[in-house]
Amino acid sequence: MSKRSALAGFKVNFENFLFVLPAVAIFAVFYIYPFYEIFNLSLHEWNGISLTKQFIGFDNFRELFQDAVWWFSMKNALYITFIALTFQNVLAFALAMACDREIRLKGFYRMIFFIPPVLSEIVVGLIWSWILNAGQQGGEPIGLLNFALDRFGFPNLVHNWLSDPKTALTCIAVVHSWKGFGWGFVIFLAGFQTIDRQLYEAAKVDGAGFWDSFWNVTIPMMLPVIMVVIILTILGSMQAFVLILSMVGQGLVYHTEVPVTRILFAMTGSSRFGYACTMGVTFGGILIVVSYFLNLMSKRMKQA
Amino acid sequence: MNLTLPNRYQVIRGVKTSLTHLFLLTVAATCLFPLFWMVRSSLMSNQTIFTDKSLVPAQMYFHNYVTAWTQGNFGIYFLNSVIYTVSVVVGIVLVSSLAAYAFSRLQFWGKNAFFYMFIAAMMIPLPGSFVPLTVLMNKLHLVNTRLGYILCMINVGLSLSILLFKTFFDKIPSDLEDSARIDGCSKLGIWWHVALPLARPAIAVVVIFNALNVWNEYILATLLLSDKALMPLQRGLMVFQGSHSVDYPVLMAGLTIAAAPIIIVYLFMQDQIVKGALRERSSITEFL
Repeated sequence: MSKRSALAGFKVNFENFLFVLPAVAIFAVFYIYPFYEIFNLSLHEWNGISLTKQFIGFDNFRELFQDAVWWFSMKNALYITFIALTFQNVLAFALAMACDREIRLKGFYRMIFFIPPVLSEIVVGLIWSWILNAGQQGGEPIGLLNFALDRFGFPNLVHNWLSDPKTALTCIAVVHSWKGFGWGFVIFLAGFQTIDRQLYEAAKVDGAGFWDSFWNVTIPMMLPVIMVVIILTILGSMQAFVLILSMVGQGLVYHTEVPVTRILFAMTGSSRFGYACTMGVTFGGILIVVSYFLNLMSKRMKQA
Repeated sequence: MNLTLPNRYQVIRGVKTSLTHLFLLTVAATCLFPLFWMVRSSLMSNQTIFTDKSLVPAQMYFHNYVTAWTQGNFGIYFLNSVIYTVSVVVGIVLVSSLAAYAFSRLQFWGKNAFFYMFIAAMMIPLPGSFVPLTVLMNKLHLVNTRLGYILCMINVGLSLSILLFKTFFDKIPSDLEDSARIDGCSKLGIWWHVALPLARPAIAVVVIFNALNVWNEYILATLLLSDKALMPLQRGLMVFQGSHSVDYPVLMAGLTIAAAPIIIVYLFMQDQIVKGALRERSSITEFL
């Protein structure tokens, strides 16, 4: 190759690279650098203000491993995820199945079910904490739920829903499911539409009843979609935290803590930036491992 | 007219359909009722809200919206949300379509490496990334500035938008671009005059998806903006809710102000929104 064409090649290369430069520049500053910094800070003790950061190796990780509150917060996130996986996804699946037939108002239902997912977690959390409000005014409950329970003959069920450690997390998980089931619904509905109707006809000809064709046609055909929804539910529910802030307030509320609120409070509350990053790295690692194995499983299923 | 009684098969099918509708309608009502309750509560007075539990209050106080807009600061928060949403969306459309065009059509060294870097970022969950980001913004003196928040939010939407644009460009034939090139149009000119107008459906999805995302964002707005004059709605709602004695009717008016634009846009564009949402979710898992 002559010198001249090499130079021209370089020029074209550079010109073309300029197209991606703005994106790469923003990405380098606001993603790559913080990505590096979260690993770096996780090995330091730093209060966020002082000019020197103390390098402490893996001490933060050792501390985290023995941090009872951290593992408790992990348990809370698992509980929310469990409710989302069962209650929310079964509901979404049932609704999608009900809509996947010649049924009137199908478009109307889809429109309504996807309203909660487009609302912000702040709006959803504040509306529901108003409905679940436990205050009293002149002996009458303020919150709608307590009022209704009192009025319709269940005064003994009137409850401090969001302050009682026994019910707070369940309330959050249910509201989280209320906000999230529309996602599962639209994904399942799209999945149902790819199933060949002839499979059901064939099953019917073979004398299969509803449950036979449900277990032998619907479930096997939907497995890849089900796995996608499971992975998305786990990733989304384990990291949900804004809804918790908006439902129980921004203070430290031990019984509703999840890993991400621990990270947030380690930074804003106790000014331990290094430890906050250690939590982030550890939690991110756990999520990657879990989703990797689930994905491996779903690929196996596809081949089988 | 057929006056014979419906046969057993028809009765069973009718009952089944009714039960299905009952089920679907119950869930639909559960979706809508909290929103109805929000609007209803926003029309009560400060006294009646605690005592009156009727579905439609006897007297409606529309003045709560004026109070929320002015004294509650929601007018400023609303304006800020509009500013952030518009600037971030415009920024993302320009930056990501430019990059995606190059990833789809042009050749340069390290092209695949750069592309997979963006895709990898989309799949790697990084909880707590707001910690180093806050540190960085402090260092750059971009805390409490509109620019800082806008740049951060552009970055958040970049990966998925690049992917959406690239898959779109990959699918459309390059005939028009070829003839534009023969006519002597520059590469940048082809992107602006030919590729971008063709990509209108992709632009629609990118705009809607990112607009929802920015309008509803809370955590970065909290960590980066402490000046009330710069806060968007979601942040403002939490400030209002955190004040010592919460004025519930005004808070509910504020919630309605924050939720109404989203719901209205959703009702008009629900097809694109649901499609965009599906595309977003499927692209997160498809590369794992």
